[in-house]
Amino acid sequence: MPALTDLILAAEGVDNHLPWPRAVVTSKEWSFAVEQLAEGHWSLLGLWGEPGTVHMALLDEAVWDIGVVSLLCPDGRYPSVGLLHPPALRLERAVADLFGLLPQGAPDTRRWLDHGHWGVSFPLSARVQTAAAAAPPYQFLPVEGESLHQIPVGPVHAGIIEPGHFRFTASGETVVRLEEGLGYTHKGMEGLMAGSDIDHAAKLAGRTSGDSTVAYALAFCRAVEAALGIEVPARAVWLRALMAELERLANHLGDIGAICNDAAFALMHAHCGVLRERVLRASDAAFGHRLMRDRVVPGGVAIDLNDEGTTAIRSLIAEIRQRFPALVELYDNTASLQDRTVATGRLRVELARQYRAGGYVGRASGRDFDARRSLAYPPYDALNFNVPLLQEGDVNARVWIRIHEVEQSLSLVEQILRQLPGGPIRVDFARTGGPHEGMALVEGFRGDILAWLRIGKSGLIERCHLRDPSWFQWPLLEAAIEGNIVADFPLCNKSFNCSYSGHDL
Amino acid sequence: MRKLLFESLIRPPLTERPPRVSDAAVDELARALNGVAHRRLGRSLSIRAVDAGSCNGCELEMHALNNAFYDIERFGIRFVASPRHADVLLVTGPVTKNMRDALKRTYDATPNPKWVVALGDCALNGGCFAGSYAVVGGVSEALPVDLHIPGCPPPPIEILKGLLALLEGVNSRAAIARA
Ligand code: SF4
Repeated sequence: MPALTDLILAAEGVDNHLPWPRAVVTSKEWSFAVEQLAEGHWSLLGLWGEPGTVHMALLDEAVWDIGVVSLLCPDGRYPSVGLLHPPALRLERAVADLFGLLPQGAPDTRRWLDHGHWGVSFPLSARVQTAAAAAPPYQFLPVEGESLHQIPVGPVHAGIIEPGHFRFTASGETVVRLEEGLGYTHKGMEGLMAGSDIDHAAKLAGRTSGDSTVAYALAFCRAVEAALGIEVPARAVWLRALMAELERLANHLGDIGAICNDAAFALMHAHCGVLRERVLRASDAAFGHRLMRDRVVPGGVAIDLNDEGTTAIRSLIAEIRQRFPALVELYDNTASLQDRTVATGRLRVELARQYRAGGYVGRASGRDFDARRSLAYPPYDALNFNVPLLQEGDVNARVWIRIHEVEQSLSLVEQILRQLPGGPIRVDFARTGGPHEGMALVEGFRGDILAWLRIGKSGLIERCHLRDPSWFQWPLLEAAIEGNIVADFPLCNKSFNCSYSGHDL
Repeated sequence: MRKLLFESLIRPPLTERPPRVSDAAVDELARALNGVAHRRLGRSLSIRAVDAGSCNGCELEMHALNNAFYDIERFGIRFVASPRHADVLLVTGPVTKNMRDALKRTYDATPNPKWVVALGDCALNGGCFAGSYAVVGGVSEALPVDLHIPGCPPPPIEILKGLLALLEGVNSRAAIARA
C-alpha cells in the first residue's frame, strides 16, 4: 500500500503550500486517491473547489501524513469521489452549487446549498450565471412501503435553534428514514473572504459558527501564519489554547444540560446552565467578551490576560471542580434519564470510521482522533491530557465523552495557567510577496476544523475554505436515528449537536 | 439528587436584579409603537425566536436568558414554540436568501398585534455579511422592524434591556389608551 507522501511526491508539487504539501495530480492519480479512500486506507479531510480546480485534503492515519491533491478541470468535470466514498457526496454537491464543477458518475447530483433563491448560479465560479427564475422543487429521496408516513420539520423549529429541514419517514412511532435538507444559513462566506484583507477575513472566520468562534479564528490564523511563515509569540500560543479550552468547557457544559433537558430532566439543565454562564463570565472578565470573539487574531491574540482575569479563571475552575462531580453522579444515578440515553441513537463504529467523525461523535464510537493530540500543535505538545474513548456510540456515550472532556479541559486550563510564559502577545508581519498557501487543522469542541487559504501578492485573501466537522457528522445523524422513535430525535440530535451555520457557510 | 435539591434550599438565589432600561432604547421603541392596540398584552410577552441565518452566537445568548441568573420568565417574558402564540418575533442573522420565505411565512403566521425585534449586528444591516450574493442584508429588508438590539452577539443583559423597553413601551401605551 503506497503512502500518501508517495502520491504527492510523484505529482507536480505546488510551491509555498505549508505546512503540508499540495500537488496537482492527473485524473488517474486522483482516481487512485479515491480508491485509497474507498478502501479505508486514507481518510477525507475536505473537498473544495476553485474556478477550474478541485482540491481534496487527505489524511494517511498510518503515518499521520496530510496532503492536498488538486485536479485541474478545464471542462468543469472531475471523477466523482462520492461515487466510491459516500462521505464526499455533500461536499461535491456544495462544490457543484458554488463553482459549477460537476463530479462525473456521482450518484447524487441534487443541489445542496443552492435553493434557487440567490438570483445567481455558480456564484464563485469564473462564469457566474443569472439563475433561472424558478428552480424546480427539491426532490427528497423516495420512500416506499406500506403504512409509512412522512413528517416534515423545519426550517423554522419549535425551539431556539438554527434553521434546517428534517424529513422523517416513520412506520408508526419508528423512524425508518431521516433525510436532512440544509443550506438555509448559507451566507456566502467563501465569496466574502475572497478579496478581503487578512484581518477582515479573520473576523469573518470567527463568525462561521458562533459556538466555535475561538476554534475557527484559531484555524484561520494558524493557516495564515503557516502560509506567511509567522512565528507567533509563545504567550499568545498559550493564551489561544486557554481560550480554546474555555470555549470547550462552555459548550460541553451547555450540551450536557441541554441533552438532559431533551429527556425532560430540567434539573441538570438548570445546574449545567449555571456552570456554563460562569464560564462565559470568566471569559468576559479575562478576555473582554463572553464568547471571546475577535480575540484570536493573525499574529497572536488581541488582549492580554491580567491578574484579575487569572483570578476569575482560577475561581471558575475551583467552582466547576466543586459542583460538577455531583452533577455527574446525578446523571449516572438517575434511572429515568439513563432509560432515555442508553442504547438510543447508536452510531456504529464502522460508520464513524468511514466518515471520520470528529469530536465526541467519533470518540463515542471508537474513533480515536483528536487534532490536539494526533497533530500535537503547540502548546498541546507540552501539555498532559487524555483523549477519552468509548465504543457504544449511543447518546449516553456522547454525554460521557463530554463529561470526561470537561475534566480534561479543567486540567488543561490549570496547566496553562501554571506554565503561561511571559512576553509579547502579537507580532507584526509582512503581508506581501505571495502567493502563499496555508492550511491548518484545529480541534474545536465539535471536532476538527480545517482551514485552507491562499494569500495573493497584494496580501489579500484570494481563496479561503473552512470545513466544519459537521459535514461528516450530519450524515451520521441520519444513520443513528434509524429504528429509534420519533420522540427520541431531539435527544439524538442534541447529542450530535451539529452546526448549521458552520456547515452551510 | 436529594443533596442537590437540599443545597438549593439553603443557597441564595443566583437571579440578578433587573437591568435599568436604557432611555435610547425606549425612545426608539416609543417611535416604533405608533398607536397600535396594546391593551391585550398586559404584563406578558411571548417571543418566537427566528434564526434567519445567524452564526448562532445570538441564539446562544438568547438561551442564556433562560438560565438561573437572568431567569427571563420572572418578567412575564417567555419563549414560545409557535409564531401563533407569539407577540414578538425575535429575529437574528443577516437574513439569508434561503431563509427569507420562511421568515416571511413565520411573520404572516403571527397574529396581530405583533412586533419584530432585530437582534444582533447582522440583523441590523447584514453586519459582516452585507454585500454577499446569499444574504438579503438585515431584517428590515424583509419585515417591518420595531426595535433593534445591537451587539455581536448582544450579551443577555442587553437583550433583556431591549425586551423590557419593549414591554414598558407597550404597557405605557396601553395605559394611555385606557385612560
Ligand atoms: S450579530 Fe454576531 S453573533 Fe449575532 S449572528 Fe451576527 S455574527 Fe453571529
